[in-house]
Amino acid sequence: MERIPILKVGEFLLVSIQVDMHDRLAMSLQDDLTAKLVATRAKGVLIDISSLDMVDSFIGRMLGHMAAMAGALGAKAVVVGMQPAVAITIVELGMALTEVRTALNVDKGMALLQSLVAKSCSMDNHDCHEK
Amino acid sequence: MTATKSRTMPLDSCEEIVHLRQTTRSWMAEQRFTLVEQTKMMTATSELARNAVVYGGGGSAKLELLEGSGRMGIRVVVEDQGPGIADIGQAMTDHFTSGQGMGLGLGGAKRLVDDFEIRSEPGKGTVVSITKWK
Repeated sequence: MERIPILKVGEFLLVSIQVDMHDRLAMSLQDDLTAKLVATRAKGVLIDISSLDMVDSFIGRMLGHMAAMAGALGAKAVVVGMQPAVAITIVELGMALTEVRTALNVDKGMALLQSLVAKSCSMDNHDCHEK
Repeated sequence: MTATKSRTMPLDSCEEIVHLRQTTRSWMAEQRFTLVEQTKMMTATSELARNAVVYGGGGSAKLELLEGSGRMGIRVVVEDQGPGIADIGQAMTDHFTSGQGMGLGLGGAKRLVDDFEIRSEPGKGTVVSITKWK
């Protein structure tokens, strides 16, 4: 069965969606991601959608759910790499994805994740490396 | 207005939704629609196709390239024999949803295209036609 790979990079997970996902594949990605978050205790998830030429309401909802699920499991999520034509389209569709944190590319997304995790770390002041 | 190219595709599974939207995109790319136009039409097509598969119990889609009076366009007609829609006005409003979506399907699809037509009869099914002009 096809699967979207989820890679562990340091304390983060990296999901790069490289195919036009059908609905079942999108649902299985949600399940896989939550399982992997628990198994690895990752502190953040970076979701790269730069290869997606379309985000419809189903995929948009799935991205929102993945971000919310990551939050429920104590991790931060950032969606990166949205194509400009996709950004124009989702806004016109009526879906602003305001509940999802986004960044322009993987580098900026990584930096954002690091700052988000550092911030929540200093608030918790436990399970924290530096502060 | 004549159809210079036409193709009917089945819509019975979520893989066929992807196939339909990818075919729509490749036809538009061949005709040199802009990337934004391709993305909008493909997204609208995906919304309608999902409605047909999830709520209409499956159906079919017809893709047509149109030409006439100096312009060209692409039309997608999605048809199902599902329960139909009793109140089309209500179904077109944003955030109206009968199921698991964001409720942006019909109203959102309409905003993304140039022409939008819907016919539905409770118990008989729904036909939605969307067109993008170049």
